[in-house]
Amino acid sequence: MIKNISNLGDAALYCDFGKEVNKEINSKVIQYFKNIKEKKIEGITNITPSYNKLIISFDMKIANFENLKEKIENLNLKEFINKKSDIIKIPICCDKEFSLDLKRLEKKLKISEDKILEKFFSREYYCYMTGFIAGHPFLGDTEESLRAKRLETPRVKIPKGSVGLTEQFCNIYSFESPGGWNIIGNTPLNIFDKKNENKPNLINPGDTVVFEKISKLEHDKYND
Amino acid sequence: MIKNYFEVIRPGINTTFQDSGRKNLYHIGIPFSGAMDNRNFILANIIAGNKENTPVIEFAYQGPLLKFKGEKINFNIAGNVSFKVIKKEETIEGNCYENYSLEDGDQLDIISTNKTVYGYLAISGTFEVQFLWNSCSTNTKANVGANDGKKLDKNQLIKILDTHSHKSKRKLEYTNSKIENIRVIKGTNFDYFSEESKKNFFEKEFSVTKLTDRMGMRLEGQKIENIVDTNIKSEGIIKGVIQVPADGNPIIMLSDHGTIGGYPKIGVVITADYDRLVQLQPGSKIKFKEVDLSDAQMLFKLYEMETQNLVSTIK
Repeated sequence: MIKNISNLGDAALYCDFGKEVNKEINSKVIQYFKNIKEKKIEGITNITPSYNKLIISFDMKIANFENLKEKIENLNLKEFINKKSDIIKIPICCDKEFSLDLKRLEKKLKISEDKILEKFFSREYYCYMTGFIAGHPFLGDTEESLRAKRLETPRVKIPKGSVGLTEQFCNIYSFESPGGWNIIGNTPLNIFDKKNENKPNLINPGDTVVFEKISKLEHDKYND
Repeated sequence: MIKNYFEVIRPGINTTFQDSGRKNLYHIGIPFSGAMDNRNFILANIIAGNKENTPVIEFAYQGPLLKFKGEKINFNIAGNVSFKVIKKEETIEGNCYENYSLEDGDQLDIISTNKTVYGYLAISGTFEVQFLWNSCSTNTKANVGANDGKKLDKNQLIKILDTHSHKSKRKLEYTNSKIENIRVIKGTNFDYFSEESKKNFFEKEFSVTKLTDRMGMRLEGQKIENIVDTNIKSEGIIKGVIQVPADGNPIIMLSDHGTIGGYPKIGVVITADYDRLVQLQPGSKIKFKEVDLSDAQMLFKLYEMETQNLVSTIK
């Protein structure tokens, strides 16, 4: 449940769901997000779910903080259920060419490369949020022994499709961008497609993702 | 068939198509974008006789040099801008907020913005632009919007779909006022900073650095000391948010900002001051002044009233 709603500046509501990061709290954030989105409340210009916050921005010509706060507090929440079939499969190749930080992780975590990958591929991941750059998913949680800090000096360019780890999270770089996550592989899948106007993001908040290991050949031929 | 078009002889520094921006896409990582200075964007369109939200060309510092081909087009420039209309027989020094016409072969040379950053070119008519999610606004980071998500390039053509005649005598006497005090509401992490830094934030001067673009404005000044944590769990941000990363220098999020951020928020610039904030050139000195939510709401009403008054003097 929302613990507190305050204002972020004069044109946004800051809904605080607490300090912890876990699936249970995040599901609540996403439930609110989906309900508010469906209600199409006049004046709302954006709703941004994250681990444990929901930010709702609005057009000050149409709505105001007090009024919207009341609407959100009195919302009748509906359940949205994810079906098992909604699991999204992401093929990734972990060949040397793509796993830029696997060696580094081996040292950091004191676990062998093979073991890191085995543990990584063995579970389902939950999408907490997407954003920062278009389509970029924040997934979790990784197994406890795989949790490492970011690179001390972030890379200026991380190739599109790179899969990275940091703390209890993993992500996929939807575009070439700067970043400091530990890169372990690359997916040939297009994570963000602006031509697919109604569903540009392959992965959305609340979705479940599994990774599947593919060979270099499969990776190279994937989009042929 | 397209009869009228511009040829881009010089693209300018950062020339893009913009409208009022795209909504409801933060959750997939797409920012609002849109014209940086909303009031000047609206004024350009009203003087051109267009609807308020018609796509315009936004330029920063040095603008484009455009050659017109076709029958005739009316245009105006909004902002604080030096430009020339080069015709066969004469060269006219242009005034902002006033309509001019171009005929086949005439050139429009948008030389530069004066002591400001952004200016707007509106034609009496419609540019041929692609729309994505109900907006043409070009976001060069995500390659989204008109011109394939890129800024204007040399030698390209800008096609004009239709033109309309209107009362071309429409004009406006208006001077963009400068701003030194940026009004700010305390941010959600205001208490992450030391007592002295909190005081300094509202008392000391900050200067706008060169690391400023449509995504953000980096400031320099008295370092702001974080006493809690230099990171927060990543969460949504909005334009106007002032984040302070570990180096202690504030960054103000602007229209093309990343949708999620992990630095503590010390404050948020009020909506009424945003247009004037984005017009500050690198080197400008600013001070933050604290206001509360009800002040900000009242200041927004005043700002809106002022815009509407300007609009009604044109019509």
